Amino acid sequence: MENSPRYDDLLKIIQPYLPEDITPNQVGPKSHFVEELNINSAHLVDIVLDVEDKYDIVLENEDMDQMQTVDQAIELIQKKLAAK
Amino acid sequence: MNSKSIIERLPYDKPFLFVDEIHEVSEERIHGSFTFREDLDFYHGHFKELPVTPGVILIECCAQIGLVCLAIFIMEDSISNTTMALSSSEMEFYQAVKPGERVEVVSRKLYFRFGKLKCEVKMYNADKNLVCKGQIAGMLKPVSDG
Repeated sequence: MENSPRYDDLLKIIQPYLPEDITPNQVGPKSHFVEELNINSAHLVDIVLDVEDKYDIVLENEDMDQMQTVDQAIELIQKKLAAK
Repeated sequence: MNSKSIIERLPYDKPFLFVDEIHEVSEERIHGSFTFREDLDFYHGHFKELPVTPGVILIECCAQIGLVCLAIFIMEDSISNTTMALSSSEMEFYQAVKPGERVEVVSRKLYFRFGKLKCEVKMYNADKNLVCKGQIAGMLKPVSDG
């Protein structure tokens, strides 16, 4: 999973929102956005909006609750793309 | 929802209420005003011998009118158990606001999704000159009981 293009793309989306004390190589598939990466709730919304733009998908409020880790986000993107 | 009922629902009060009136509001846009009374406490210290409205207070005024009042209008009754926390502001300042001046704030919604409201705001003085402009965003937060 870590080498799939989608993981890299997501990492690129996340990177601008990482706090200064978190380096991109600290991000792994199991990283929890809020608890481990210290991304605040407003930036989590920014990530979701960037994901929507990048993949041309629409996420709902319930989707947001299910995307707490990098892996969960990738799974959700794949599910949305498959349903398109 | 009219101006009065929006202001009544604001979670602020004196000395930290920076909204007098909402003149126009829709799902996309809001226009309100506030007069910085000469007796406001911060003028005693900002600055010594030279009272000027602090930039952070101008941002607060922009946020109260441009974000919180707009969110109250859009959310109507479903906002009762939530409050809004400022999440980001990127502002540029052009004119000082002196004690006693009235300002108008115009805010345009950029998006309101997943509880985050982001707006483009502009503040004008009584001469219709631009005081400050920029983008501000807030997040709706549930208020815990008690």
